[in-house]
Amino acid sequence: MSTLEIKDLHVSIAVDGGTKEILTGVNLTIRGGETHAIMGPNGSGKSTLAYAIAGHPKYEVTSGEILLDGVDVLSMTVDERARAGLFLAMQYPVEVPGVSTANFLRSAATAVRGEAPKLRLWVKEVKAAMSDLDIDPAFVDRNVNEGFSGGEKKRQEVLQLSLLKPKFAVLDETDSGLDVDALRVVSEGVNRYREGGETGVLLITHYTRILQHITPDVVHVFAGGKVVESGGPELADELEKNGYVRFTQPAAV
Amino acid sequence: MTEVAGLAPELAGAKKGMGSKPLASASERFTSYDVEAFEVPSGREENWRFTPRRRLRGLWETTTFDAAPTVTVSEGATVETVGRDDARIGEGGVPADRIAAAAWSAFTEATVVTLDGTPDPVTVSVTGPGEGVVAAGHVQIRTTPHTVATVVVENTGSGTLADNLEVVVADGSTLHLVVTEEWADDAVHAGAHHFSIGRDATLRGVAVQFGGDLVRIVSTVNYRGPGGDAELLGLGYADAGQHLEQRLLVDHGVPHCTSNVLYKNALQGDGAHTVWIGDVLIRAAAEQTETFELNRNLVLTPGARADSVPNLEIETGEIVSAGHASATGRFDDEQLFYLQSRGIPEDAARRLVVRGFFGEILSKITLPELRERLEAAVEAELAVTGV
Repeated sequence: MSTLEIKDLHVSIAVDGGTKEILTGVNLTIRGGETHAIMGPNGSGKSTLAYAIAGHPKYEVTSGEILLDGVDVLSMTVDERARAGLFLAMQYPVEVPGVSTANFLRSAATAVRGEAPKLRLWVKEVKAAMSDLDIDPAFVDRNVNEGFSGGEKKRQEVLQLSLLKPKFAVLDETDSGLDVDALRVVSEGVNRYREGGETGVLLITHYTRILQHITPDVVHVFAGGKVVESGGPELADELEKNGYVRFTQPAAV
Repeated sequence: MTEVAGLAPELAGAKKGMGSKPLASASERFTSYDVEAFEVPSGREENWRFTPRRRLRGLWETTTFDAAPTVTVSEGATVETVGRDDARIGEGGVPADRIAAAAWSAFTEATVVTLDGTPDPVTVSVTGPGEGVVAAGHVQIRTTPHTVATVVVENTGSGTLADNLEVVVADGSTLHLVVTEEWADDAVHAGAHHFSIGRDATLRGVAVQFGGDLVRIVSTVNYRGPGGDAELLGLGYADAGQHLEQRLLVDHGVPHCTSNVLYKNALQGDGAHTVWIGDVLIRAAAEQTETFELNRNLVLTPGARADSVPNLEIETGEIVSAGHASATGRFDDEQLFYLQSRGIPEDAARRLVVRGFFGEILSKITLPELRERLEAAVEAELAVTGV
């Protein structure tokens, strides 16, 4: 079984004339087959955690560790991390003009699988995966994310998830900007991926509504750049009722 | 004189005595076969302001040339070497800037290549005069009525070349024409392409710019009769320090003609510079014109610069459609991160983007060997920066 361990992770970003620490010591262990939800108010550092795991150059890890099955992730390049089995579904997927979705998907699958998928089987596989997510087949000929609506971009992220089958997927606010139907379709896609084997999910969200579709095993509350409380799904219910006030106010009252 | 406010500022002429008064319209562009009719440009004129004068190796003001380029033509066409008094010379068009006029005034022999329904592609090889030598050249390519032909003009070698390429597409004929600039690093090429499109004639042109220190091509399309159709595609790849300039004027003067311009440039390295000027003029008589022009530039590294100026000037409302667009994009860190985050290594990610960018042009090159060669050239350019 795979394990993703995050140990005392500190991450800074460059700001005018210096650096600012965003993550202040994150500890988290996810095992294959588990789904962890990270919930927190805006600005608590949730997305920074997602990008730090994926290796975005803007985020500098100043101390701490990320281990995938005991192997140091932080020394890997962004693409090495992906090939090692990490996947980040981005909150704002990037448009890549000039590169068709078909070409992109095949290049990614070739890189992650270590060999080019057999063309005939590949076309079938992509078609089926697109159909599962209610994506118009014509999208394969369009440039990556170019001119896609927010919901279409999120479907593309989950499409990539289903084709690349990572060991661990980080979903960064994949639910934001989705209408009810799109949320259902995207959630079903994530659930299919979860059923596919011993895969772990780190679900980052601001809202509890996606948790009605994707049931987490563990819920973490994120505030001030670290996990401040962990619990079962019932913790999400409490957040739904009372909000994040308890975690963002100073203790003294 | 028709005044069309705010349009086509680039077309300021250089006619002697005109001073610096800017032209309001492409229709006022001054042309002449005689170099003495043009003033030596100051460099501030709209049609010169992007060109680095000191790198033109004297072409800026010279009226004398040391040599002519070597021109060879593969089998399959009628090839003639003619004097400047040949009646066909000038059928393609008239020079619109001083360097083109200087080359025109100076050449002693022109190569006339006539395609008489030749099914196989014909290659015209133009070789530079060698390092340190300044040459003037003249080539004319012509089709015969109701034929189809394919010509590849390959510009290679060293030295400095000013030349005119006349392309006379006969009534009802179709010409597929690819012009490549694959010069050595020292080369300077200032060329003028004069396209004259006959009635119901079709031109499918592709201009490829890879090599040379400075390449500046000024292309003009004229229609002799209705039903003409011109497609001008361009592909440029500028490396560090390279200046690649493409200036086009599509002059719609007769009704029921079509033009489609699509130029794409990639730039990488310090001082890489591309210039694309796309002018389309639809004169009052050119009713039912259909035209579109588009320029896309992809900046792959910091320190490169792409200038892009589309101009569309319309003197009649009775047209089918007219449009233009220009965009310069940067292959940025976010795109790289996104592709890498899906397992694609950095070098493959960059290749993916560049191949995708040029694919639209390359897929329209119908000669498989040529397309493969150009694809290989793009790959070689990618290898230059070691990406």
